[in-house]
Amino acid sequence: MKRVIGFVLPLALLAVGASGETLINAAGATFPYPMYSKWFDEFHKKYPDVQINYQSIGSGGGIKQVTEGTVDFGAADVPMTPELMKTFTEKRKCNILHFPTVMGADVLSYNVPGVTQELNFTPEAIAGIFLGKITKWNDPALTQANPGVKLTGNPIVVIHRAEASGTTYIFVDFLSKISKEWETKVGRAASVQWPVGLGSKGNEGVAGQIKQTPYSIGYIELIYAVQNNMSYGKVKNPAGVFVKASLAGVSAAAAGAIKEIPDDFRVSITNAPGKDSYPISSFTWLLVPDKIADPTKKKAITELLKWVLSDGQNMTEVLSYARLPKAVVAKEQKAISKIQ
Amino acid sequence: MSTSAISVERARPKGGARTFLSRLKSGDEIAFLVTLACAVSILLVTSLLVFELFQNSALSRHKFGWAFLFTKTWDPVAGNFGALPYIYGTLVTSGLALLIGVPLGVGAAIFLAELAPPRISDALTFLIELLAAVPSVIFGLLGIFVMIPILRSAEPGIRAVFGFTPFFQGPFYGQSLLAAGVVVSIMIIPFIVSISREVLLAVPQDQREAALALGATKWESTWDIVVPFAKKGILGSIFLSLARALGETMAVTMVVGNDPKINTSLFAPGYSIAAVIANEFSEATDDLHVSALIEMGLVLFALTIIINAVARIMILTTTQKGSS
Repeated sequence: MKRVIGFVLPLALLAVGASGETLINAAGATFPYPMYSKWFDEFHKKYPDVQINYQSIGSGGGIKQVTEGTVDFGAADVPMTPELMKTFTEKRKCNILHFPTVMGADVLSYNVPGVTQELNFTPEAIAGIFLGKITKWNDPALTQANPGVKLTGNPIVVIHRAEASGTTYIFVDFLSKISKEWETKVGRAASVQWPVGLGSKGNEGVAGQIKQTPYSIGYIELIYAVQNNMSYGKVKNPAGVFVKASLAGVSAAAAGAIKEIPDDFRVSITNAPGKDSYPISSFTWLLVPDKIADPTKKKAITELLKWVLSDGQNMTEVLSYARLPKAVVAKEQKAISKIQ
Repeated sequence: MSTSAISVERARPKGGARTFLSRLKSGDEIAFLVTLACAVSILLVTSLLVFELFQNSALSRHKFGWAFLFTKTWDPVAGNFGALPYIYGTLVTSGLALLIGVPLGVGAAIFLAELAPPRISDALTFLIELLAAVPSVIFGLLGIFVMIPILRSAEPGIRAVFGFTPFFQGPFYGQSLLAAGVVVSIMIIPFIVSISREVLLAVPQDQREAALALGATKWESTWDIVVPFAKKGILGSIFLSLARALGETMAVTMVVGNDPKINTSLFAPGYSIAAVIANEFSEATDDLHVSALIEMGLVLFALTIIINAVARIMILTTTQKGSS
């Protein structure tokens, strides 16, 4: 199917090119796809001569395609590593810019028969469970954080994503920050060598498996959990508060991390300071080359970025994405001028 | 008309160009060239496939060498890759699928070809062949939502009967090598049944009549005469289904648990080569990771070739024994 699109697209481009329309190709992350498709559609309504085609092929694919120059811009849930950026510069003779667009978060969903309350999770407990060191539900790390909840000694069944994904990256990035052992033993990537647990495909796979398996725990995307009315636990943030994941909590995390946000926006906002910040949050980025040869394309892309940062942000919450804090938007608006 | 052209051509073998022209006219040469082109194109695609896999896995092959096949780590963060748990998972799920699928499939084929009334046989065969057309994702979903709950409730029973063996130890979460083996067995049964049935039906009627005339019962004639006669074809159907089992991706990844560890227990989760390629390829950014996944493809290809070669040798030796 994708091949067919890839084949038809250039033809379509030729066809609309003749009628004076600018066609922009983009590819990348699947997590922000519903948001992007809404945005690009609205943008097309506003500027009928600009058409943006976005293929949600995954962050890795987005990075690869923008590096090869087969798309005009890419999108990823994972910031590009210095090595990948170096490859980009060597191949394209220009630099890549990261623009955060919206934010998402991972939540901990669980199935513990007999427990109806919301469970509290400390970072130590989460790391312990996913490292395979905390194996029973009545481990002191869990019972101390949940006074009054009757937890039994049943073994914990860990469930994680089977395929490489941005959701996994956010989660292991958080674990790497709170646990030295995780950082050295497992590390951060879109797919890792899991010390314990079963792998399921997609958010729906993990969610389904949690529902089916008693005494299981796993991480899923906040949006998926919200849209499917799934219950999930609270996580203790660096300020010592147990926070339930919410769009406000995710935006608070970005606001809390604002001081540390570098000029290239390649930053993780997991475990961000601030008493309202939800600790397992992350940006998702658009990857735009800083030199765009075609002037009409350049204009279209910069206009798009400006629009996404202004009007676009007002559409985020309808689709359960967390909007960018004002400070980040202001910083990004300045960065747009880097595109030449 | 065409037969006379051939005989003319054969009578005058020296008339090079003219006979070629006449053969072209009669269609022989065209048929030859067209079918040759078909055959060559398949060969070409296969060799191109191997070449591409070999070429693109260079990075991983040079870094890990033969050790790739014997190491157990698969760590995309540190850049350490080994195929052993995946090879193991692929072989175990396929082996288990054959263990369940072959007796059922061959049994069903014998019933349909030899014992069932023709009308029932045709109806049932149609239904079984329909199974082969079901997309594998459907089998995967059925596996998750129907079969795993059944297996979970059957688990104490299985444990009571086979619990003493090392194959049914440890906790059972549903997603497991056992679940994958059962799902794949259901997927390969239609292949075994439909090919085996055709082969059994192709056994000459004289064979059966001769056996019956010598005083054999219906079952004796079926089991001692017809089945051995069709053995080669039945084995062929089994190996075709094995190839399908080895390469099955979607249904396996949905029920196998996707945990690259080597466990003797079938209750434990596992992983397969095809599943890891499907799961990780789209998001692999690192060149070494991509290269290792491509090498996995090469390993799966080699595995299939080796198993097919062994199968052919087995067929050759058994048929020779049968004829001597």
